[in-house]
Amino acid sequence: MALSTVWVLAEQRGGKPSPALGELLTAARARADAVDAVTWGAGAAALAALAGAHGARRLLDLGDLGDSLPGPCVAAALAAEIGAGRGPEALFVATSYDGRDVAARLSARLDRPVLTNVVGLSSDADGSLVSEHVVFGGSEVVRARFTGEGPGIYLIRPKSFVAEPVGGAAAELVGLALPDAGARDAARIVERHAEERSGPSLDEANVVVSGGRGLGSADNYSLVEQLARLLHGAPAASRAIVDAGWVPYSYQVGQTGKTVKPSVYIACGISGATQHLVGMKGAAHVVAINKDPEAPIFKLADLGIVGDVNAVLPKLIDALERRS
Amino acid sequence: MDIAVCVKQIPSPDTPGRLDAATGRLDRSGGLVLDDSDSYSVEMALRLAEQSGGGEVTLVSMVPDGEVAGLRTALAMGAARAVVVSDPALAGSDALSTAKVLAAALRRIGAPLVLTATESTDGYTGTVPVQVAELLGQPSVSFARRIELDGGQLRVERQTESGYDEVSCPLPAVVSVTAGVVEVRYPSFKGIMGARSKPVEQLDLAALGLDPAAIGSAGARQQVVAVERAEARSAGEVITDDGSGYERVIAVLDDWKVI
Repeated sequence: MALSTVWVLAEQRGGKPSPALGELLTAARARADAVDAVTWGAGAAALAALAGAHGARRLLDLGDLGDSLPGPCVAAALAAEIGAGRGPEALFVATSYDGRDVAARLSARLDRPVLTNVVGLSSDADGSLVSEHVVFGGSEVVRARFTGEGPGIYLIRPKSFVAEPVGGAAAELVGLALPDAGARDAARIVERHAEERSGPSLDEANVVVSGGRGLGSADNYSLVEQLARLLHGAPAASRAIVDAGWVPYSYQVGQTGKTVKPSVYIACGISGATQHLVGMKGAAHVVAINKDPEAPIFKLADLGIVGDVNAVLPKLIDALERRS
Repeated sequence: MDIAVCVKQIPSPDTPGRLDAATGRLDRSGGLVLDDSDSYSVEMALRLAEQSGGGEVTLVSMVPDGEVAGLRTALAMGAARAVVVSDPALAGSDALSTAKVLAAALRRIGAPLVLTATESTDGYTGTVPVQVAELLGQPSVSFARRIELDGGQLRVERQTESGYDEVSCPLPAVVSVTAGVVEVRYPSFKGIMGARSKPVEQLDLAALGLDPAAIGSAGARQQVVAVERAEARSAGEVITDDGSGYERVIAVLDDWKVI
């Protein structure tokens, strides 16, 4: 027995669908008879094609939010639909900056909990949805389910599902009213700054080069950036060097950070605390360079180099430059 | 300006956590320390209070068995006092229950600005700060990397997927602070000594007017159905660098067809 309807929050990034959209729609399709997507912002028409191709029936469009932050407005609109009896049985939201805001606001508003950090979904014998969560650096898997009144709110970590298009027609575009969220919506975006990035984004990159405390100093992080550039990949970081202020939070891979699933993950000067491993152990191949032969990262690396990352990386970079 | 900071004591990251297989809950029987993530919001609060011409920084926390040892770290940094909520009925609280308890305590304190970390290191749901804001009926700015006071408003740089947004936000408000964005002070000897005598107010659910049936495991509407060991990846080849280790890296990158 499947769920009747699942809604998927369809975020946009610079007018384009977020890469997690196809993943979430694919996961929803496997569990529900009908799947709808909910979006806001300028790119709804383009998104309707992609949503339809991944099996969405309708695309509910909130339109332009102006200079509001999405959290309070989107949650208010979803709560209004749910309150009017037009809501889904479950809502799937990708773990992102705005996704977490929407899920948290909606949760408090409806007085329903959120199941967070979902990495897998199944159904139990009576047809209810069971979510999978990895805890303690991926050493244990917890299965959980909602027991109260729906809809169930699920915050799903990107890269937990593989997007599979089914080739459906564009989703039917349906306008959704945007209620006044009052004082909760008092924050205003004054200016949006896009940071320059020459390569792919961290969650889309085929190769991820990640740096940790073993680099010794913030300046040496440029080695990680150079190697990432040469491999057409994205630079990333362990929590230790984000906490130390060497690179921004958006670079962080791990439990409190992003999950990545590249073809190749190169860990440079990262010991492999459990908190980090949960964010990268899904990589197809792992290379680790670390001074400490006992570092836990070597237990899951396909190739481990015991050595000084600041000696190995310059040679590696130099050799790659000579090849290109 | 008075500022409240929501903080959490967690099992020391040096002793890996585990779930109690019988109850499906986090085993918190080891010692507790202040979550490192919280040191940034505490530091930010101390700086903002100073910049605003003075004001008290109050810590707010939900704690098991009246445990406050980890909070002394933040009191030693300069927070003036702590308000902690401890009640047997809080065992098994989910994020929303936690947010309800914190919101009730914050209403009593009435500070115009509430700071938090973006997520705790042990539970890492990352939903509590914004749930608190919703329950208080206030705006929130999550994932702040910089906060400035600008008249009666906040100017916040909020992390986004592609860069950052500059956000203006009136008070009262809740702001969650990302790690690493300020250099955290070390408590001075005087601070550590002084922390022992700073006031810590202990509250239970009754004092906050909260119904134990709606909070904690009694109010949780999610259930752990199984806890299992996860599949582990296996180790591959490990070599010691003799100056030519990079050649082996090039070889595998070649094999994997990324160069």
